[in-house]
Amino acid sequence: MTSMEPIVDLRLSVRDLHKKFGSVEVLRGVSIEARQGDVISLIGASGSGKSTFLRCINQLESSDAGEISVAGEHLDLVMRRGRRVARDARQLRRIRAKLGFVFQSFNLWSHMTVLENLIEGPVQVRGLRRDEAVALAQRLLDRVGLKGRESSYPGHLSGGQQQRVAIARTLAMEPEVMLFDEPTSALDPELVAEVLAVIRDLATEGRTMLLVTHEMAFARDVSTEVVFLHKGLVEERGAPAQIFSAPQSERLKQFLTHVRLGQ
Amino acid sequence: MRIDLIAENADLFVTGISMTLKLTVMSLAIGMAIALPVAVLRGMRLPVVDKVLRGYIFAFRGTPMLVQTYLIYYGLAQFEFVRDSVFWAVLKSPFNCALIAFSLNTAAYTAEILRGALEATPKGEIEAAEAIGLSPLQVLRRITIPGAFRRALPQYGNEVILMLHGSTVASVITIQDILGAGRTLNGKYYLAYEGLVTAALLYLALTFLIAAAFGLGGRKWLAHLRPAATR
Repeated sequence: MTSMEPIVDLRLSVRDLHKKFGSVEVLRGVSIEARQGDVISLIGASGSGKSTFLRCINQLESSDAGEISVAGEHLDLVMRRGRRVARDARQLRRIRAKLGFVFQSFNLWSHMTVLENLIEGPVQVRGLRRDEAVALAQRLLDRVGLKGRESSYPGHLSGGQQQRVAIARTLAMEPEVMLFDEPTSALDPELVAEVLAVIRDLATEGRTMLLVTHEMAFARDVSTEVVFLHKGLVEERGAPAQIFSAPQSERLKQFLTHVRLGQ
Repeated sequence: MRIDLIAENADLFVTGISMTLKLTVMSLAIGMAIALPVAVLRGMRLPVVDKVLRGYIFAFRGTPMLVQTYLIYYGLAQFEFVRDSVFWAVLKSPFNCALIAFSLNTAAYTAEILRGALEATPKGEIEAAEAIGLSPLQVLRRITIPGAFRRALPQYGNEVILMLHGSTVASVITIQDILGAGRTLNGKYYLAYEGLVTAALLYLALTFLIAAAFGLGGRKWLAHLRPAATR
């Protein structure tokens, strides 16, 4: 079915991605396709390649093989000095601007206030006027429940608040696809819920998202598809109900048992 | 203590202060203009360029500024081809020689301060900037350099004070800076220490003003590193 549809309909398509760190093959051919509104969760043990896969999509890591398209635009990659990089730096920036990336460790710009963090991309990359960007930033801050914190510095916020600012910063780019790299893993347990609530809200409004997470209950709740990675390969993929209630592969069964025991 | 003589010759010190400030401020400005590109280039670790820059920094941090000033003022003038060249118009003036030596000296120190501050940029902040689609130049201009300048501020404050004190070297090549004014006063009246004490007090006052200015600057520019007043 999927292969019959024109590729243009896909917000994100990654085909057969390979990545080696030295002699270690971290990704051995991983593919993913996301249509508008898909929420795809990537699960798996640490070292299974989930985060690397996400970072390869927007070229924070270079990949060794595989094709990437965002909103119908194919990213042109070439080998240069032993690394596979974008042929055209401008195309890479254009594609990156369409891919919102939310980091495990927030990565807000520490010398900028919350407001400055939010308007940086819109003004510098999207070319919005400052007043337009400020209005947008204020709407987004309200949305993530941080109205009135415009002039705070990131270091003066809790982890949960910082991650919500980081999500708002990503939203300010009005991305086609949002990539979440373990967005709650660096948070104290009592702060996880406030961030998950924001992500859930985004899933509900039909955003296309790729989510690397260890929050199994959450993945089950919000995902349209769950992908289980094991040693750089997709071991099993399917609807959340199937993955969590009727896992087929032994490794997935084992993984789920470990995760449940851990909780 | 002949305070009357100091007061009578106050204009000597006024000229001295303006000369010291002119030398210090101009050296720091030129030094910064050299140091920033040097620091950024060193961060890129380009094969040949890096060796050259390291050599420059090693030479200027490894030798006293007094020696550097002598070499430029007396040393270069030994060569006939220097005296015959177009550069002689610049190099024949002691002020210009001091300015060149001081600028190159403070640039070497400032470049190392900035390089450390640039390297201390959290990797994640750069990744976040790349991930929203900023170009390498924008990342440098918007994220890395503003952050590095803030981190470098306390150390740079020290460099400014050291530069002010180092500028006394100018007085040995006939420049009438604050120390020069003090020595002139002593010489004029065969005094032992009045001129030097006045000079010392003036340097002390200027140092205090610089330290206070950097303190205020720190409150403004390093607000993000202070513990939050309110949550």
